[in-house]
Amino acid sequence: MIHSKNITKKYGQTQVLNIEELEIPKGQSFGLVGNNGAGKTTFFNIILDLIRPTTGEISNHDVVVNKSEDWKSFTGSFIDETFLIGYLTAEEYFDFIGDLRGMNKADITNFLSQFEEIFNGEILGKKKYLRDLSKGNQKKAGIVAALLGNPQVVILDEPFANLDPTTQIRLKKMLKQLTENKEVTILISSHDLSHVTEVCERIVVLDKGNVVKDIETSKETLKELESYFAV
Amino acid sequence: MFSRFFKLEWKKYFRSSYWQKGIALKIIMGFFALYMMASFLALGVGSFFIIRKTMPESDPLQVVNSYLLFAIVGDLIFRYLMQKMPVMEVKPLLILPIKKNKLVNYVLGKSMFSPFNIFSLFFYIPFAIVLMIENYSVSGAFAWLFSMIFITQCANFLNFIINKNNVAFWTLAVLLIGTIALQYFNIYDVSIHSQALFDAVFANPVLVLIPIGLMVILYNINYKILRQQLYLDDAVKVTVKEANTADLSWANRFGEMAPFVKNEIRLIWRNKRTKTVFLMSFAFVLYGLIFFTNPMYEEKMKGMLIFASLFITGGFVLNYGQFIPAWESAYYKMLMTQNISYRKYLETKWFLMSIMTAALFLLATPYIYYGVDKYLMIAAGALYNIGFNTLVLLYMGSFNRKQIDLNASGFGNTQGTSAKQFIVILPVLVIPIGLFYAFSIPFGFNAGITAIAGFGILGIVTKNYFMNIISKKYIKEKYAAIHAFDQKA
Repeated sequence: MIHSKNITKKYGQTQVLNIEELEIPKGQSFGLVGNNGAGKTTFFNIILDLIRPTTGEISNHDVVVNKSEDWKSFTGSFIDETFLIGYLTAEEYFDFIGDLRGMNKADITNFLSQFEEIFNGEILGKKKYLRDLSKGNQKKAGIVAALLGNPQVVILDEPFANLDPTTQIRLKKMLKQLTENKEVTILISSHDLSHVTEVCERIVVLDKGNVVKDIETSKETLKELESYFAV
Repeated sequence: MFSRFFKLEWKKYFRSSYWQKGIALKIIMGFFALYMMASFLALGVGSFFIIRKTMPESDPLQVVNSYLLFAIVGDLIFRYLMQKMPVMEVKPLLILPIKKNKLVNYVLGKSMFSPFNIFSLFFYIPFAIVLMIENYSVSGAFAWLFSMIFITQCANFLNFIINKNNVAFWTLAVLLIGTIALQYFNIYDVSIHSQALFDAVFANPVLVLIPIGLMVILYNINYKILRQQLYLDDAVKVTVKEANTADLSWANRFGEMAPFVKNEIRLIWRNKRTKTVFLMSFAFVLYGLIFFTNPMYEEKMKGMLIFASLFITGGFVLNYGQFIPAWESAYYKMLMTQNISYRKYLETKWFLMSIMTAALFLLATPYIYYGVDKYLMIAAGALYNIGFNTLVLLYMGSFNRKQIDLNASGFGNTQGTSAKQFIVILPVLVIPIGLFYAFSIPFGFNAGITAIAGFGILGIVTKNYFMNIISKKYIKEKYAAIHAFDQKA
């Protein structure tokens, strides 16, 4: 579970994030929606302790993220392609991250075998460095790497962007399975309202850094969101 | 259309990230550029008089002429290795309503002004001016100069035609080495033909039409080829290098450090800039040849010998260490979300630098030839590099704030450089020289190098203590580093 308290972030005079209190219980699939500049990535970056909040603190399974690094062992994330090591091949990248998450070679191969469909023969065994893969394939590699080592918390920024339709559907299925037995918490952000409403049981709308909506997903949610964003 | 292309070039030049640097760096690089230009000009102006002085019985122009053929073939080989047609730059223009033949002319026209063609002018122009001043025929000097300019352009266009052809390269290489060998062993004199050829241009200025004609022909051949190939899957294609996946499982013996060691090896080997640094560190081993062979340093400036000794084994530590952790700036964010202990991460870097220093020290063994005292100096330098310089550079690394693009080329690339890189010279090079003098003046040479070695050993013994401080420092500087590495240089 993730608990965020009084989080604000200011750059000079401009406030980019102001979230009073937000609690994401264990096993929830949580979706973050908002226009460009709403603060989605900033919020994720604060959860991952990549930037410091101006005030407040976030704890991830009772670990305060900027006080201890223990959350890293159970949190998998992919924000953007700068999370990839461009000069590695996909296999080497998975080995590297799997190694850091205490998996051996056999574990990793075994784990990757379930993604064969998603990889579509374009990622593994291709003798290509990650920097030379297409944007969509880079994204696939990054998302799969975030799932290595059975993380308890998975954070994905814009996971559907750049993916082909088939993979979008598969990814949605995969994310739903992940939260089925309420063990893994997933946090995703997206511009695509239909995708998030499909995957997430709870959706929070950010606007200029403020939480403007916090809804439990139902049949009407998509309509509600669409009317909110249609200005 | 021409003016539009020109404006594009203008903006490209002045908005290049090259100019977005600190003022201090700009000044230093400006001086460096001026110095290089001045040296070339001096060579162009001076060579006439130097030749006249050293070979008073022959005509300087003829001497230069006799070597020109070699220079031209050498130039072609150099271009083959280094020069590429600037064809990628028209990629964004391909979809715009611009006629393809204009784009082809733009690419080819632009290539005429490449630095490869401008460089030699710094020699040819002053040399031709000196000829005129020295009462050679003005028309002859002009004809000579212009044939040189057009021959350079011919080389430019010829290179694009043969560029993808290995056979052409080896033919050229064999031609150059063969003729030089023939010349050297006095079997066949090629230089006479070279001289006759260019003397003829000087005597008959009309002959300048030959290189001009040749250039026009080569331009047209290039034009025809490129016009047909101006497609994304042909000339305007990004060539993707096949990944080379060497088996690094031997590195598994390093236990917890293994994933980092493997990654580090790949980092160094698969990126241009790091590869240059790695290979250059072997060139640094040769530093001693400059200093140990000159008795002047032995007698008057022992400090310079210490300096050389540090450089012999320090090439890797200094060049690689000073940019830690900026080498990994591209994916630093990711590393920070991984299950990594900072200590292990830094430990790997220390380990790598130490191993490399030890390897370079082994390579430096032949210096024993210059005396055991020299060898001891190098040994002391190696100890200092391992014990002290590694820690200093790791510590200073926590202040690195400049992003490095690993894909950019290695030579003369100053990305990632800041004033910090100059400050670091102090502990890294000045302290050992100071130590040497402080101990060798009262107690003799041996005490001097023992002091340096002792300092290094002290560093090795207290390594754990200092590594803890350094890791804390990195954790403190984490956010600033992440933020800074996000800014593209």
